[in-house]
Amino acid sequence: MDRNFSEEVAHVSRLARLELGQDEKEQMAGQLQSILGIAKKIQELDTSGVEPTSHVINLPAVLRDDEVRPSLPVEQVLQNSPKRNKDYFQVPRITAVD
Amino acid sequence: MGRYETVIGLEIHVELQTASKLFCGCSARFGSEPNTNCCPVCLGLPGSLPVFNRRAIELAVTAALALNSEVQDKSRFDRKNYFYPDLPKAYQVSQYDQPLAKGGFLEFRDENKSRLVNLERVHLEEEAGKLIHAGESILDAEYSLVDYNRAGIPLLEIVTKPDLRSGSEARLFLENLRLLLLYAGISDCKMEEGSLRCDANISLRLTGSQELGTKAEVKNMNSFKAVEAALNYEAVRQEKILNAGGKVDQETCHWNEETKETIPLRGKEGSSDYRYFPEPDLLPLVIDKSLINKLTALLPESPLQRYQRLQEQYGLAESEVQLFIENRELGDYFESAAKKYSNYHNLANWVQGDLLFQLRECGCRLDQLLPDHLVEILDLLDSGEINRPVAKELLAESLRAGSSPRDLVAKKNLGRIADRDQLLPLVNQVIAENPEAVENFMLGKDKAIAFLVGKVMALSGGRADPGELNQLFRELLKKKNGCEANGTS
Repeated sequence: MDRNFSEEVAHVSRLARLELGQDEKEQMAGQLQSILGIAKKIQELDTSGVEPTSHVINLPAVLRDDEVRPSLPVEQVLQNSPKRNKDYFQVPRITAVD
Repeated sequence: MGRYETVIGLEIHVELQTASKLFCGCSARFGSEPNTNCCPVCLGLPGSLPVFNRRAIELAVTAALALNSEVQDKSRFDRKNYFYPDLPKAYQVSQYDQPLAKGGFLEFRDENKSRLVNLERVHLEEEAGKLIHAGESILDAEYSLVDYNRAGIPLLEIVTKPDLRSGSEARLFLENLRLLLLYAGISDCKMEEGSLRCDANISLRLTGSQELGTKAEVKNMNSFKAVEAALNYEAVRQEKILNAGGKVDQETCHWNEETKETIPLRGKEGSSDYRYFPEPDLLPLVIDKSLINKLTALLPESPLQRYQRLQEQYGLAESEVQLFIENRELGDYFESAAKKYSNYHNLANWVQGDLLFQLRECGCRLDQLLPDHLVEILDLLDSGEINRPVAKELLAESLRAGSSPRDLVAKKNLGRIADRDQLLPLVNQVIAENPEAVENFMLGKDKAIAFLVGKVMALSGGRADPGELNQLFRELLKKKNGCEANGTS
């Protein structure tokens, strides 16, 4: 296993808040290596003068008028909340404890 | 000049004044019951799709134009990925390498000089939800509560170049930026409600050097005063580190309003690996020339333009112009009254003096006194129909009653009394009641007259003609003096 890729997996999984087991880490490192390999291969092409494609449809964005539409009832807004406190979503403490 | 130069750049966020959110029809109103302005789009529920709010785009373009920033024909939206409970989708729709507008500047007056601060960019993004921490602060909160009403409100980000050199300059810039945005109707810019917020990057470098030092990012400044204080504090902190031969860490700090110091936020708070990528659910935003032309034509007068115009058109003093710029409503009031009253200097005096005073006294609003009514009072005063104390009283009365000053003068009998037959009994009464003052005058103390005149003024409710009184007293007392002189000889 390439050491760089396992570090990369550790970094990316931390950003994505994913806890991976040792076997998963190795599997991901292998897959990441192969995906980045393909990207590297593509980067060999000379793309100077080609505008990057961010969207496949060549149309501008559509705009709507600034009109207020009904929102969801608060019961529906909160129905999937892991923890509810009155009409708020309650979340665990945000900063890490020392 | 000090050993170090402070270098400051600001990032300002303002909520745009729209009725609905940026990507959905939920209300963008401040102060609704928690989580009542939410829908699948702003909650980031699967399958929902965002659609741009035209008004938000127009306001953002207008702001960019007012800031002399170059609006791009085509700009793109990107996802800024990070986990934080105020962000329901775990990404914020923002703009990365193709912002709405590039460059620009804000010009304003710093005392008598003109100051220009350059901008990096202006872009549009969505607002996050609001967190309420259970506890003193985020640091010791056991848990936090989330209200997603704010999530998805259109937010404009304005980034300056590192052009500012001190906390006070940063504050001055912000005050002027706020005025510009208010004038252009972009945002209500209320720092206390969070519709205008500011983060700052600050670093020190050896004076004369062109290289930038390591910067710290300061957040959580809730007023312009706090921005100034936080940046002054941070500049001193960094200077101490550098003087001791140390190195400033690149970090994010929180300004603590209670202790008046910056506190570094550790670990993940400061790390930024946002993995931006193009937002696939939104097509590129195309701003055509015709929209830019239309919005340019609609741009209202800027505070700086108004400043110059008020000075030229009315010849007002610097401090008066400044007041009318900062208090736009008062400036409008002055201009409206000035259409019918040409002694601008006197008018400005009344507006900034007695009018403001009376407004504070009675807790009234400016729109409770028509500009025409103020002009009427000044005309009555100028023509000698009323005295100055009566004019002040009339101002208060018209403000409360909302009725015409001229009618009030007639109804309440407030006109000036210059008629000798009416004044004489009062004058005699005062002479009889104040023998000491009378004697003083006889002894040659001319000032005693003013005292006696004042007494009659009080008796007449401020209505007596002081010039006439003065003359009357002199005549009567001279006569009296003559009699006494004859009697004793």
